[in-house]
Amino acid sequence: MTSASVIDELKKSRILELLELGKRVDGRALDEPREISIETNAIPKANGSARVRLGETEVICGVKIQPDRPFPDMGDKGIFICTAELLPLSHPTVETGPPGPDVIELARVVDRGIRESHMIDVSQLVIEQNKSVVGVFADNVVVDYDGNLFDACSYAATAALLSSKSPKWNWIDDAPTLVEGEDMPVPIATIPVSVTMGKIGTHIIVDPNGDEWSSMDARITITTDSDGNICALQKGGSDGFTLEEIDRCGDLSVKVGAKIREKLKEAQKESQ
Amino acid sequence: MGGRDATMVLLDENGIRCDGRKVDEPRRIMIKAGGLKNADGSAYIEFGDNKILVGVFGPRDVHPKHMSNTDTGILRVRYHMEPFSVGERKNPAPSRREIEISKVIKEALEPAVMLDKFPRTAVDVFIEVLQADGGTRCAALTAASVALADAGIPMRDMVAAIAAGKVADTVILDVNNEEDQAGQADMPIGYMPNLEKITLLQLDGVLTPDEYKKCVQVGVDGCKIVYDLQKKALQEKYFGDGGD
Repeated sequence: MTSASVIDELKKSRILELLELGKRVDGRALDEPREISIETNAIPKANGSARVRLGETEVICGVKIQPDRPFPDMGDKGIFICTAELLPLSHPTVETGPPGPDVIELARVVDRGIRESHMIDVSQLVIEQNKSVVGVFADNVVVDYDGNLFDACSYAATAALLSSKSPKWNWIDDAPTLVEGEDMPVPIATIPVSVTMGKIGTHIIVDPNGDEWSSMDARITITTDSDGNICALQKGGSDGFTLEEIDRCGDLSVKVGAKIREKLKEAQKESQ
Repeated sequence: MGGRDATMVLLDENGIRCDGRKVDEPRRIMIKAGGLKNADGSAYIEFGDNKILVGVFGPRDVHPKHMSNTDTGILRVRYHMEPFSVGERKNPAPSRREIEISKVIKEALEPAVMLDKFPRTAVDVFIEVLQADGGTRCAALTAASVALADAGIPMRDMVAAIAAGKVADTVILDVNNEEDQAGQADMPIGYMPNLEKITLLQLDGVLTPDEYKKCVQVGVDGCKIVYDLQKKALQEKYFGDGGD
């Protein structure tokens, strides 16, 4: 990686030079996300799934839905858990073994965005109060890396959840019992969309690609719901944002998010 | 998966199996060479309902350093299943089964890869099972060979793999999930067709000595079918067609 750091420095100065002229390395406008492609039902054995490409970043999300014990203080709510993992084939520097801080942050931010938007109405996922609930697990795996995993994982999980069919269980003889042929959509209340913006120098760019990602001074991920409200946010990186920048990022997340939400809705329609 | 259907007929009176195949007929196999941007070599295989992605890196520096060998390169293989790849959600941490399969696949590939050309380096093979449906180790080994070739790593041969087995007292080719669960024997075979060497062989189930010999023969013949598809996948990527 010693030689790579020289190239990184060169790339970084090139990226900054271009930004001073209002341009980006891949020719996009500053507020323009990369091309998004969404393929739902990529894993037929899962209850829902999606393969999402955001530029050259690629993520597969599979949803598994199964009966589970409720959390002790949440007997009247089902369980929703979203994870994210970087597969070692996604990039030469990714290692096997327990996840590092970056990957843990990724998984938690993606989970929080969907959870805090209340996308899944977990109160409808109860089989028997305090005894048995439905657990919805959305597992993201990153297959190819080119920056901005936050949004790629978030879109994959959202698209997979939107296309999911949940089996039905009844509480019979003190056990959850599967009712055949009564699959139904997961109860969806809203469609969250995360938009990640990077700060390079004084410039704010939407959906940084891999080179931009490694040149960023700071980043911010803002998740909005279908009503255009902001429901989760994470700032990262070692620089700060001014108040004016934070305001602008908020506006950008609503504006850009609305367009991406339409793509997710389209993918949902196609999956039916 | 899950509940076994006791009434399922594994082999009917016309010699047709539970998924409509004949006894010596493999499932649908689709192999694609390449596809990943960051990996040095990659392959994707659909083998029946199995969906497996393989990425290869290397030859590259070995970390941790003490694993490196001054006489030869080393091959490292990780076989890993996604949580959503099987009926009930799988814990993402590697299981004992995955660790064993990683090892047998590594040992099946080693004779094919000319590691002595790259002392002090490692070639890493990462196998990701996106969807599993019986016979993942054979499909994974098949795809791993293609990914190694795609990475441009010198090889003596490619390893092709498929399972033979026994259901209803009959030797069959390419055991599917139902046949694995309810059948009498499952014998995964990895084979280098040009060197005529078997590099992966496992068995669970009971076979007579005659059935044992027949299973190996059926498996090896199946590997030759798989090998043609491996070659075709590489030809498609590098010469833009599937022709000879």
